[in-house]
Amino acid sequence: MIGVGKAKQYGNVLDKPLSRGRQEVSLSAFAFLFSELVQYNQTQVDNIAELERRLEDAGYAVGARVLELLCHRDKGNRRETRLLGILSFIHSTVWKVLFGKVADSLEKGTEHEDEYMISEKELLVNRFISVPKDMGAFNCGAFVAGIVRGVLDGAGFPAVVSAHFVPIEGQQRPRTTILIKFAEEVIKLLLQILKEFFVFVARKPRKSQYCP
Amino acid sequence: MATTACFTIVSKNDIPIYEAEVGSAVRQKQEQVHQHQFILHAALDLVQDIAWTTSAMFLKSVDRFNDLTVSHFFSLTNNSIHTRLMLLHDSRNEDGIKNFFQEVHELYIKTLLNPLYLLGSRITSSHFDTRVRALARKYL
Repeated sequence: MIGVGKAKQYGNVLDKPLSRGRQEVSLSAFAFLFSELVQYNQTQVDNIAELERRLEDAGYAVGARVLELLCHRDKGNRRETRLLGILSFIHSTVWKVLFGKVADSLEKGTEHEDEYMISEKELLVNRFISVPKDMGAFNCGAFVAGIVRGVLDGAGFPAVVSAHFVPIEGQQRPRTTILIKFAEEVIKLLLQILKEFFVFVARKPRKSQYCP
Repeated sequence: MATTACFTIVSKNDIPIYEAEVGSAVRQKQEQVHQHQFILHAALDLVQDIAWTTSAMFLKSVDRFNDLTVSHFFSLTNNSIHTRLMLLHDSRNEDGIKNFFQEVHELYIKTLLNPLYLLGSRITSSHFDTRVRALARKYL
């Protein structure tokens, strides 16, 4: 049998340990698999929006699982209840595990309260993909957007996530930005938590002026 | 050793995806089984309230009913709509319960790493079932 290594053969997947294992996966294998995924979806749909949605759904499943796994492995079962906490978790830990490095930057949107952006000079998934002119603004980063959405949804912060190309002067290839727009209830919850915090701080006991 | 215990994994929208009566008592009358499920579901509301306030995963005792207590363990990091492990028991063995939850949580993660497993669907693998019961006998 080709490739029988020293790895122990487990009877059932449930017996296999959840430990790290080998960190690296062949890039060309992944690129091949991803290109097949995109091509397969291309044959099934008629328009670009549908294709992006399918890639996003595929990413969503990955995101939900990655969240569970990482929470168990790296964070010792502590959950994230803060929005900034979960965002920085995605930005560093998730990116590091999936792509081998942390994301380039995490920014808060200036126009709207509920928008955040993670940008990357070159997304790993887009490295071997060229988009023909007639597909317009299609971005395979929709897969990564799906992963982020999966992680956020799993953590209890529903959001709409999308991937966009942002052209930068001085570079040939545009930068990719993942735009995260949180649902209303998340922002309300965030404001609520902030308000409670301020009320708690303000309620510190002060020496009354009327005490004799 | 505990005489009665009912363990459930509840997913989105409070749909149970796995249930097991793991008590070592032999006579489990049908009404008792239904009652256990009812108690567990009633405790879900309380869990929802506490959920956002703590970042721990294991909640020792959420609710009491007669002499049975409900313990809770959050799975997918965060609360309201996601998977939770719940145990109804009458033992006082806190550490054992915590270890039990952690082991089952690991099993659950392995189950959901399967890309063909639809998140939130019932867990029907008999191997999973055997493992959970073995763990229950060991820790409870």
